[in-house]
Amino acid sequence: MAQIELSAIRKSFDGTDVLKGIDFRIADGEFISLVGPSGCGKSTLLRIIAGLEPQDSGEVHIDGRPVDGIRPSARNLAMVFQSYALYPHLSAFDNIAVPLRMRRLSAIERLPLLGALLPGRRAKERHIRADIEGIAEQLDISPLLRRKPGQLSGGQRQRVAVGRAMVREPVAFLFDEPLSNLDAKLRVHMRAELAELHRRLKATFVYVTHDQAEAMTMSSRIAVMMGGELIQAGTPAEIYNEPGDIRVAEFIGSPKINVLPGRIRKDGGVDVLGTALKLTCNAAAGDCRIGVRPERIELGTGPFSGTVVHLENLGAEAFVHLAVEGIGSRLIARLADVKHLPAMASSVAFGFAPDAVRMFDPAGKRIELRMEQAERIREPAHV
Amino acid sequence: MTNAHPIPFRAILRHVLLIAGAALMLAPFIWMISTASKPQTEIFSSELHLIPHQFALVENLREAFAKANLLRFLLNGIIVTVSIFVLQVMVALPAAYALAKLRFLGRETLFALVLFGILIPPQATAIPVFLLLHKIGLLDSYAALVLPFTISVFGIFLMRQFFKTVPDDLVDAARMDGISEFGIVWRVMLPAAIPAVTAFGIFSVVAHWNDYFWPLIVLNSEHLRTPPLAVAHFRNSEAGTSYGPLMAAAMVIIAPLVIAFLFAQRRFIEGITLTGIK
Repeated sequence: MAQIELSAIRKSFDGTDVLKGIDFRIADGEFISLVGPSGCGKSTLLRIIAGLEPQDSGEVHIDGRPVDGIRPSARNLAMVFQSYALYPHLSAFDNIAVPLRMRRLSAIERLPLLGALLPGRRAKERHIRADIEGIAEQLDISPLLRRKPGQLSGGQRQRVAVGRAMVREPVAFLFDEPLSNLDAKLRVHMRAELAELHRRLKATFVYVTHDQAEAMTMSSRIAVMMGGELIQAGTPAEIYNEPGDIRVAEFIGSPKINVLPGRIRKDGGVDVLGTALKLTCNAAAGDCRIGVRPERIELGTGPFSGTVVHLENLGAEAFVHLAVEGIGSRLIARLADVKHLPAMASSVAFGFAPDAVRMFDPAGKRIELRMEQAERIREPAHV
Repeated sequence: MTNAHPIPFRAILRHVLLIAGAALMLAPFIWMISTASKPQTEIFSSELHLIPHQFALVENLREAFAKANLLRFLLNGIIVTVSIFVLQVMVALPAAYALAKLRFLGRETLFALVLFGILIPPQATAIPVFLLLHKIGLLDSYAALVLPFTISVFGIFLMRQFFKTVPDDLVDAARMDGISEFGIVWRVMLPAAIPAVTAFGIFSVVAHWNDYFWPLIVLNSEHLRTPPLAVAHFRNSEAGTSYGPLMAAAMVIIAPLVIAFLFAQRRFIEGITLTGIK
């Protein structure tokens, strides 16, 4: 069990800055998701923690000790890869046994034929076997241990890969998009299994994903990365409700948050599409952007109106796509009541409560808002 | 009912061409077997017949084994080809791993040199290598037959191309598991590259089993001769070449390759298509 501390990590490949100074602290036993669009540097950061990639500058501390220059295996971390990376020529059992054999057997004992003749080898192999069978039982893969990876399904391979990580009792687990090769149904199932595994092992999990749903559902904390920078970290609820940056607001949540063009008046009031909101702010007059989550859009009443251009009925909920004059992209509203959907091509009025509004300046930074009663809605998010 | 499956003209043409080609390829082998089965008198008779009137294969084989120590030559062939192949793999795999998976300064230049090395025909370096072996006193030994071929640039190139297709994750997983870099070559890359190693093995063994040029120039002693030199032994310009035993000996020395081919036909073809060698 370990806490991991990153300070001022920088990395560039061929002159392109991939990581631009990452400072981050992962507490012992946390389930941290590093989430961001592809190319944001999250996988590189994970590989730097693992020791597979050296950073250009900055330091990694695991449990207070600097680990820079220490070989990956000596850091005692375990990693689960996107492609599972099981050794194709070894059975599931032997795959799980590799880290134990590397650690517990001497170089001579590992020799193919000679090693088996050495006296200590058999006792060690017995221990290894017992450990693996224990792990296999926990992961429900006991009947599969004799199969080769080629004879296993994606989900089974995933479990063997997790088993190989668990068996060495690492101080932390690193996951590099481990679910993205699975089909949608299995992915949802494995999500629950991984979260459960975390609760049982109480180990530190660092989980890299580009899928915000995975990050939202499993992690105790999410760190959102964009363009080589860590722009916000917090609990899933914080990240969802109080995004500090419009890129975070747009990345987290599906369907995406609705962004409307707005304008801050000289007196601090806010206009959206020509209608004044019951909100004020301290920012300078000028353009701004207003974000409203789809579930906070109220159809039927309100000062705005749009035309229904598309309906997505998912059974338990429905998404209504509206074309609204004055904004380029479509606006999406979530309806919990699927029995009363507006007709296609009909004109619908809509609005939203003042506390549903998140406002961002043209650079994308969050602007604090006050309701007109001068009562603060919520603490602003700290980045 | 009409004929449901008319034999298409193109299919017939294709098979005729293939049969003709196959006959052309097989002709020397058939001639070899035919000659090996004939007594001396029939070989020199003017009439052309494939099936001998009087079978003399056993006599010819007996004479071949009596005149030359064929078993010894076959053993030499095995020693030389196996040593060459094992050493080539021991050099090529780590080199290919470094070129495919490790990042270091000058890697691309080194790889370009490897490619350049493929372009140099062995005959071009034969004289310098011969002189070198002479200076260190290794001529006329197994070492002279094996050493010049231990570094196969073609092998390095082939294995490097194959290693490129092995996912990086696998290498990283091995590093996380605590396997050393050399350990990765032998424990992870070699098992993953068995098809490519087999292909290279076929290529290497066939080339060096059949090599006539190099053994001919570095060897003097009869007991070191490789199989192709053994056949040449039967050529004798003074007493006249005894073709029957010669062909019988030729049959014996190609037999290991033919038998190996029959056993591993699929691998052979896979290997040759993989290496892109005709």
